[in-house]
Amino acid sequence: MELTVNGTSRDVDAHPDTPLLDVLRGDLGLTGSRFGCGLGQCGACFVLVDGRAVPACDTPLWSVEGRSVTTVEGLADGDRLHPVQQAVLDEQAAQCGFCVSGIVVSAAALLAENPQPDEATVAAALDRHLCRCGIQHRMIAAVVRAGRESR
Amino acid sequence: MTGLPKDVLANPRLSAWLSVGADGTVALRIGKVELGQGILTALVQIAADELDVDPAAITMLAAHTGLGPDEGPTAGSMSVADAGAAVRQVCAQVRRLFLDAASAALEVDPADLRVDDGRISTVDGARSLTYGELAAAVDLDRDAGPPVETKPYDQLRLTGTSLPRIDLPDKVTGVPRFLSDLALPGQLWGRVVRPPSPGAALVAVDAAAGQAPGVVAVVRDGSFLGVVAETERAADLAVAGLRAAAEWREEATLPDEDDLAGYLRAGPHDDLPVDEAGTPGSGVVTSLTATYSRPFLAHASMSPSCGAARWDGDRLHVWSSSQSVFGLRTGICLALGLEPGGVVVEHVEGAGSYGHNAADDAAFDAVLLARSVPGRPVHVRWSRQDELSWAPFGSAQAVDVTAGLDSAGRIVSWEADVWSQGHTSRPGFRGTPALLAAAHLAEPHPLAAPGDPPPERGAGSTRNARPGYAIAARRITGHRLREVALRSSSLRTLGAHANVFAIESMVDELAQAAGADPLEFRLAHLDDERGRAVLLAAAERAGWSGRASDGDVGWGLGYARYKDKGAWCAVVAEVETGTELRVRRLTLAVDVGRVVSPDGVRNQIEGGAVQSASWTMAERVRFDHTRITSTDWESYPILRFRQAPRVDVVLLDRPEEPSLGAGEAAQGPTAGALGNAVAAALGIRVRDLPITAERVVSAIQSGDSP
Repeated sequence: MELTVNGTSRDVDAHPDTPLLDVLRGDLGLTGSRFGCGLGQCGACFVLVDGRAVPACDTPLWSVEGRSVTTVEGLADGDRLHPVQQAVLDEQAAQCGFCVSGIVVSAAALLAENPQPDEATVAAALDRHLCRCGIQHRMIAAVVRAGRESR
Repeated sequence: MTGLPKDVLANPRLSAWLSVGADGTVALRIGKVELGQGILTALVQIAADELDVDPAAITMLAAHTGLGPDEGPTAGSMSVADAGAAVRQVCAQVRRLFLDAASAALEVDPADLRVDDGRISTVDGARSLTYGELAAAVDLDRDAGPPVETKPYDQLRLTGTSLPRIDLPDKVTGVPRFLSDLALPGQLWGRVVRPPSPGAALVAVDAAAGQAPGVVAVVRDGSFLGVVAETERAADLAVAGLRAAAEWREEATLPDEDDLAGYLRAGPHDDLPVDEAGTPGSGVVTSLTATYSRPFLAHASMSPSCGAARWDGDRLHVWSSSQSVFGLRTGICLALGLEPGGVVVEHVEGAGSYGHNAADDAAFDAVLLARSVPGRPVHVRWSRQDELSWAPFGSAQAVDVTAGLDSAGRIVSWEADVWSQGHTSRPGFRGTPALLAAAHLAEPHPLAAPGDPPPERGAGSTRNARPGYAIAARRITGHRLREVALRSSSLRTLGAHANVFAIESMVDELAQAAGADPLEFRLAHLDDERGRAVLLAAAERAGWSGRASDGDVGWGLGYARYKDKGAWCAVVAEVETGTELRVRRLTLAVDVGRVVSPDGVRNQIEGGAVQSASWTMAERVRFDHTRITSTDWESYPILRFRQAPRVDVVLLDRPEEPSLGAGEAAQGPTAGALGNAVAAALGIRVRDLPITAERVVSAIQSGDSP
């Protein structure tokens, strides 16, 4: 089955029902998308499929055939971090960091649609993501900052 | 040798802590582990200051039972205090050894040498040698000498500044760093079928149900059942087949989830005297009695626990995100009759860890599964369902308080009984393995009832059970269950969350009975100057000045000094009780003594406050009489982005005072402040956590007023 991952065409030999997350982590070695629950409830595995943020654990391989998948590893432009990644570092918006890759993927999708979101918009867009360390408001500030600074 | 930090006394060999490469890089290995709290970065700051090197020249190595120091578990907010003191002293001694070597090589008195950025130079700068050039001449494979004076605060360049976290660049770009992403040469993947309930035993299973393409081994030992496969996907599919084929005998061993206080009071107990003074009840004009409680809480880490292990003959290597790698080694040795010398446990970072979660258990699962494939590492990952039902819980707790005011409206009497399971059962606990799978083997090592840290380490069930206020007559006693129905162990702050919630709730109830403002009332009973300072600072920042409610919004105060000897923290909570119960803002003032990293402390306080708000307002482990039923994020909700309060932190600066931990300062006071804010807004006091809309309704129905 063929799909594009982070700009590169990949041929994957797996059952069509295999969760996309297993393909990314297992077959393609892209472990930046995290396994948090396997139920689509926590947001740790979010990736972009044709620009839309979805839980990879709950997305079967067949549904992304021929489509373009972007993971956290594919957000940066060469050595230049995506503005959200840079803002997370600037705001030190993490503790353990496990939830962060899924969140920056969702935030990237938000900024593509709404380049300068306010805090309430960011909070609503990230509400599908759980964080146990309690960095929610640092993260909201980072995403707002990313929007402001990429003006 | 006296005068050395305790962790240096226990691990005197300098080379266990630190090595210097010929290129001048410094490799530092501590016994504490990164949990997301930023400890590695804080220690880089301390080491760079003491050694006079650039922080970028320092590499932090993972805790390792074979190579590094044993500093006990990473727990109790002691990492900056213990590891910080040890690293500072070790680095001061190493710096002196390098100065001596430079002095000999340059034939200059050490007093006439200076160190900048890893280069030791004569005062005129004419001649110099670097740490790297001297590395071969300085033998660090020696014990620490007598204490060396460390630098005074005003000569520290990095301490007190916020160095960016050294681990975050990897984490925002998805570079493998977590245990879940470990990829060892020849690695296989393991999964375990856990019993469906705490009292269940495996009756029968057809091992053929686990046979599928890619499966290398099916392992059964008593009620321990698992698979090893070539890929994670194959392991997942095989374990699903095994789970469907397994027959279990279940027993109803769990208490009534709606009468936890009754369960906790039933006993038998170990009684834990905390404090006794004067004659409780004497001089009391107004007496109040109430019970406050919290349910069992889950760690609910974002990653299910992982572990990896490889057997080479009778030697064993384990990779774990355990908070206590040495304790895990002890537990494994006890379970399997091994000698510690043949077992190495190496730390790999996991997702945020808030106490003794399932990390150790997952490592032991890997150890058991890897026995079937000698020479090959097996990586195990738990399921979300197992993580929420099998990791140890933070114990439920009930606190009975009877307190009294005299005719002047002062608190003169305080009696409290704390009912709880123990809060500690880390691996190696009381000479038992204390590892989950060991309790399921054909020759089992049952899980012993949990205990508590001793009073000198802050106690557990009775942590912060004594009010920090000046009260003449006191009697405070803990009652810890000797037999338990649910597995419990350390969860951030142990008993302090429930105890401070109880104390701060009762203090507000007393203030109301006395007709006093909650802030003035606390100050009138608080002699501790640093305690008064955080209360005043939080109140000022939040604009307290006597306001307690305004329409649907209520404000509440909470205060405690963690463990009676740690950080001081005061909180003003602002809650909204309109269409939904929502925490709008938490304003905290904290005093952690000398601050190594201001942003690191703020992050810990913010996170501690948000996590406590989640425990206090939303969380409750659910079960019927047989099974845990809160097994996913819908049945065990935690606060989400739209619900998480804003947190504002005032950091009091005390550079001349010893550093105190920040990770557990906020939770108790936040719980107290939230209960008081809800009571202020609604005129209804909820004494049983979590404070959900449902609990508010039942408090209204039972006619409780604040």
